[in-house]
Amino acid sequence: MSTATPGTRGNAPRNYLNADYGWRSWLFTVDHKRIALLYMVSITFFFVVGGFFAMLMRIHLIEPQGALVQPETYNKLFTLHGVIMIFFFLVPSIPAVLGNFLIPLMIGARDLAFPRLNLLSWYIYIVGGLFTLYSAIAGGVDTGWTFYTPYSSTYSNTQVTAVAVGVFITGFSSILTGLNFIVTIHKMRAPGLTWFRLPLFIWAMYATSIIFTLGTPVLAITLFLLALEHLFHVGIFSPALGGDPLLFQHLFWFYSHPAVYIMILPAMGVVSEIIACFARKRIFGYKIVGFSSVAIAVLGFLVWGHHMFVTGQSIYAGLIFSLLSFLVAIPSAIKVFNWTSTLYKASISYEAPMLYALGFIGLFTMGGLTGMFLAALATDVHLNGTYFIVAHFHYIMVGGAVMGYLGGMHFWWPKISGRKYPNGWAALAAAIVFVGFNLTFFPQFILGYLGMPRRYAFYPAEFQVLNVMSSAGASILGVGYLIPLIYFIWSMRYGPIAEANPWGAKGLEWQTSSPPPTENFTQMPVVTEEAYAYGAEEEPSRG
Amino acid sequence: MAETHAESVGLAHQFEDLAQQHDADTLGIWVFLVTEIMFFGGVFASYAILRWLYFTAFAAGSHLLDVRLGAINTVVLLGSSLTMALSVRSAQIGNRRFLVIFLILTMILGGAFLGVKAYEYNQKFVEHIVPSLDWAPEGAILARLAPGGLDHAKLYFFFYFAMTGLHALHMIIGMGLLLWLVLRARKGNFTPQYFAPVEVVGLYWHFVDIVWIFLFPLLYLIGGRY
Amino acid sequence: MQGLPIQPDQASTIARSVDHLYFFITAITLFFTILIFSIIFYFMIKYRRRSPDERPKPIEGSLPLEVLWTAIPTVIVAVIFVWGSSLYFQNSEPPPGAMEIFVTGKQWMWKAEHPEGQREINELHVPLGRPVKLTMTSEDVIHDFFVPAFRVKKDVLPGRYTSLWFQATRLGTFHLFCAQYCGAFHAGMLGSVIVVEPDQYERWLAGSVLGETMEAAGERLFKENACVTCHLSDGTGPAPSLLGVYGNTVHLTNGQSLIADDAYIRESILSPAAKIVNGYKPVMPSFQGQLTEEQILDMVAYIRSLGKTPEKQEEGKQ
Repeated sequence: MSTATPGTRGNAPRNYLNADYGWRSWLFTVDHKRIALLYMVSITFFFVVGGFFAMLMRIHLIEPQGALVQPETYNKLFTLHGVIMIFFFLVPSIPAVLGNFLIPLMIGARDLAFPRLNLLSWYIYIVGGLFTLYSAIAGGVDTGWTFYTPYSSTYSNTQVTAVAVGVFITGFSSILTGLNFIVTIHKMRAPGLTWFRLPLFIWAMYATSIIFTLGTPVLAITLFLLALEHLFHVGIFSPALGGDPLLFQHLFWFYSHPAVYIMILPAMGVVSEIIACFARKRIFGYKIVGFSSVAIAVLGFLVWGHHMFVTGQSIYAGLIFSLLSFLVAIPSAIKVFNWTSTLYKASISYEAPMLYALGFIGLFTMGGLTGMFLAALATDVHLNGTYFIVAHFHYIMVGGAVMGYLGGMHFWWPKISGRKYPNGWAALAAAIVFVGFNLTFFPQFILGYLGMPRRYAFYPAEFQVLNVMSSAGASILGVGYLIPLIYFIWSMRYGPIAEANPWGAKGLEWQTSSPPPTENFTQMPVVTEEAYAYGAEEEPSRG
Repeated sequence: MAETHAESVGLAHQFEDLAQQHDADTLGIWVFLVTEIMFFGGVFASYAILRWLYFTAFAAGSHLLDVRLGAINTVVLLGSSLTMALSVRSAQIGNRRFLVIFLILTMILGGAFLGVKAYEYNQKFVEHIVPSLDWAPEGAILARLAPGGLDHAKLYFFFYFAMTGLHALHMIIGMGLLLWLVLRARKGNFTPQYFAPVEVVGLYWHFVDIVWIFLFPLLYLIGGRY
Repeated sequence: MQGLPIQPDQASTIARSVDHLYFFITAITLFFTILIFSIIFYFMIKYRRRSPDERPKPIEGSLPLEVLWTAIPTVIVAVIFVWGSSLYFQNSEPPPGAMEIFVTGKQWMWKAEHPEGQREINELHVPLGRPVKLTMTSEDVIHDFFVPAFRVKKDVLPGRYTSLWFQATRLGTFHLFCAQYCGAFHAGMLGSVIVVEPDQYERWLAGSVLGETMEAAGERLFKENACVTCHLSDGTGPAPSLLGVYGNTVHLTNGQSLIADDAYIRESILSPAAKIVNGYKPVMPSFQGQLTEEQILDMVAYIRSLGKTPEKQEEGKQ
């Protein structure tokens, strides 16, 4: 095994953060770790913007007639909330921040396969983000993040082209990141690091990268055609001119369903790492969990029609998509059972990362199970287009993916920054997030079943109580997100210095200093043991 | 451990040796080409669906294209793939002179393709059958497009321009890449141990060629006319 | 404030069965949620770390367990899938003899037309206990016709017809929502489905403003738009006779055959060149932009009335 870099007290030893100074050393870096931090700052910015829009929406919905804005403005708020949160926060979050930072470290490489392409990916993301921010400032977009035609192509007079271009451009960031990850994982593993010795986070990133590369290009061509249609009114999506609005939906959902697996698979990878560490035990059913990630990625491409059960499509098509949608749930269930079994006869400690991971399992289980209501044809007819859907996907994307991201940030923060954060505040924030989240979104399941449709700027008075509950929860959730932002920033200056392996975790990333040197390892590692070898006898001699 | 100069020229810092770098570069371009297949696949699928719905109109539009020019372009592009492959071979055996010659030949043939395409596009403007920009078919052309519905024929021409336009854009990018290779080759950047950029661009060029091989029959040869 | 509602009214024949499935899935969801939460809490307490250098034994996995917890969820989802699908298939076709009402959605209102000529805006009167089939289209963007109390929903698309059916089992007024975002006042596209006793419904139909039936309106439009000039009923004109066409097979110039249904009639009016009947030339002009969706529905109703077999048509004339 490679040596651990000696302690970091006294003069800070050379690491990737202090290797060079000045804005040029950051904006022209090709170091995957610095690029990860560039992404981290950017996605945090977009999270705040998207979250701000959500806050305005929830305040507005306190009153049945709408408390804050005109309906046209509300429609722009939910559209931009969706576009920003999905494309500029969730999709990049774990892959572009944690994936970029950790993949070379976890496999014992000096960098990704294509470092300059990695930097280009970030710039592409920023340019796409600027187009989208422009569209928000120049009047907004009111089509919903799903851009259904012919409303978006022919009827809306908002900044549809600008936002379509913005998301189109950002898609290439995903594609190139996925390409980079696939080649890196295939070709740059350290000697001895076979596929079945890889951390499950790597399996998860690999599965995610398959979706990045196969799915995102379809979104690109779809948005390209939409922009042309909006500009030139040719008619491919417009029935009045002989086109087909459902063609757009098929093309759109062909990417956007797999996209939800882009958003959850990395979080599952993070959870595997955290549970193994804080239970001090190899993940139960390691191979099955790895294969499940890949199965989810593959099956995820076959279920897009479940977004279209009520469009009047053939009932036989509905049958097939319903069946496949149930099947894709099975690997996720398997993972939940395996994570739970890992806790059996384990040695569990409850630092903040573990609280987030356990919260993930609970909320993802609930969110995933509610998918069954939607995969079943007869109930989906009633629930489609209502707040039930909104609740379902927020349970998975916020209760799941965001908790996974936060858990990952809390787990690897010492490695990334070389500092520790106060665990008490972190645990408190995790609890606030958990409570606030449930109060925000659980009432929405009931609202949906009662029949309140989504994307409503005002609603019948009988729905008010549940809406007020949801808004109250949202304010608590917001506080829960604010607290980590504060102590992470605080820790960069005042946090205690972190040692190389503060959690006593297995994994190559913990075998180098916190923060790591630019070239990651002073001596390239050779792997001789399985992943998560927590129960091994005496550790082999260091050095 | 010291490497000989030949073994390390062009070796990027993240790789252990040129073999690993070459492997990574090759896998990288193949993954990229798969993404391109998915990208073009979306517009091909849309085309297929609308053509199935409005076959008569699409056939009428297709019969207005010049099959001879399309065929010439197909041969030209296939020829350029040949010269591209020969340039890769030249790099492989370290023949700098022929590497440059074949790259330039590829560029000439690619330029010829684009020139024919430009002429064809111009013809469409002359005949006023460019959707949204200049759509006013008249006389004999209008008569030929009317069966099957003028609106649906307009959809055909939209696909014609969108698909060949995307293809032409990829060709132009390819020409830029070829120029870059010519400049690097003349400086002696490539050796038999290190010529991955030539191979990578070669694969990209072949892919763009293959897309045309699909476009030509799909757009030019609908419905037969013989 | 009254008690918090957690369930919408059950006001149609299918509402209860949909709710049964819904409650079953809820039970499964609750069961597994509580199961996982309980096991995790139990493990969290029982296996909490007691000393800093505890080293639990690694457990690789257990194939029997993996099989078990793959098989059981598979069986459960198979049950839900079959249940949900069969209910959906059962509900997909209206029972024979369903009365028809024609609905047009537009930004931001619902318009309904009863065959007898009665028109409504944002309201839909239906009789209790009779199956009702709605044939719907949109004049602009995609809308969605949603009646929570009936557990029915279907997108309403421009350029084509979609349909849903229901049979109301309770009197009263029930929410009609648009459930597909359609622009600025999507939330305002509210309506009411008003279920009344059958005889009250008949009185309501006969009651208000005397208008034409849809068939009569269609026949009038057929003359006003000069369709009758070419579509001579004896078939000697440049266009096919429309007697007996509706519901029967049509052979096209491209060799294909199809059944002449609502969608075919509509397309033939708006894009006549797309499908030409074998033996005829593509000379019919398009009426795109000259007829509203409701007028097209009127003409469809008229052509449908011509669609009875020629013998019956003769009988009708005599």
